[in-house]
Amino acid sequence: MAKIKGSIVVDKEKCKGCGLCVVACPQDVIALAKEVNSKGYNFAYMVKPDACIGCANCAEVCPDSIITVYRTKI
Amino acid sequence: MAETIDIIKDENIVYQKSKVLTDNVMHYCPGCSHGVVHKLIAEVIEEMGIQENVIGVSPVGCSVFAYNYLDIDWQEAAHGRAPALATATKRLMPDKYVFTYQGDGDLASIGAAEILHACNRGENITVIFINNAIYGMTGGQMAPTTLVGMKTATSPYGRDIDLHGYPLKMTEIVAQLPGTCYVTRQSVHTAATVRKCKKAIRKAFENQEKKIGTSFIEVTSTCNSGWKIPPVEANKWMVDHMFKFFEQGDLKDAERDNPDDYKKYIE
Repeated sequence: MAKIKGSIVVDKEKCKGCGLCVVACPQDVIALAKEVNSKGYNFAYMVKPDACIGCANCAEVCPDSIITVYRTKI
Repeated sequence: MAETIDIIKDENIVYQKSKVLTDNVMHYCPGCSHGVVHKLIAEVIEEMGIQENVIGVSPVGCSVFAYNYLDIDWQEAAHGRAPALATATKRLMPDKYVFTYQGDGDLASIGAAEILHACNRGENITVIFINNAIYGMTGGQMAPTTLVGMKTATSPYGRDIDLHGYPLKMTEIVAQLPGTCYVTRQSVHTAATVRKCKKAIRKAFENQEKKIGTSFIEVTSTCNSGWKIPPVEANKWMVDHMFKFFEQGDLKDAERDNPDDYKKYIE
């Protein structure tokens, strides 16, 4: 069975750390970082990159359109 | 980790920022629904390939700076007068797609007359109504749409019916007018509702091609700063409280409700 593998790229300088992507992710891939970006927001990052399925739910709910989603079959 | 890097190639992109959106960082608060709706409008415009033919009318309110974020032609209306300006624009340039983008303070209070008459005349415009039950930009005062018992800056003990009256359901009022062809209430708090809302916006823009009347989309949304609730909890609060009063779904769809009349319109 072909396995789907996804990945996201977050523009962390534009991230405002609202956390909507964290709850939207069905695989719990995303978390807010302990570090902050130059504006002082805890930006989103992939805490479990291997679990990402590239469903793009996080990007759909992102108010600032800063998430790019990639998906491939391996 | 090596695998992750391999995936990040242009041919594997499944979702990226719409080209209609500019690179400016939005001034909205973290988690604001305005950003999602801007993105949906941008995606619909990009998919329909009408970027050169769209004219937006921006309101007064937080979204007054919408022209900084969507790379299309814009007009700025006086407070609440966006439907009047959109009427003139559409009548002068019937081939353009004209939409207004208004909040509840703009559309439901000061602009109530303009929207009712524009919808009653059946202007071929699209109205996008962001309802967060509060005046967000000015500091969280009570709006006509504020729920009964909801605490705001000007109703610190909660909205009292005896003192402040009842919340206004603009979408239900507009749905009764014969000039409207599509009236719906959507929300953008989960990925599923975002996709549904995008379909509704697309349909509203396509209705302008058919010249069948006004399309009215209410988006029930959140105001984290005005409600003083963090973004994720604000979405939950919206589902628990606002959805009971502002019921989701299509209120009127000419294509579905009156297929015979609808065909006549198209012919």
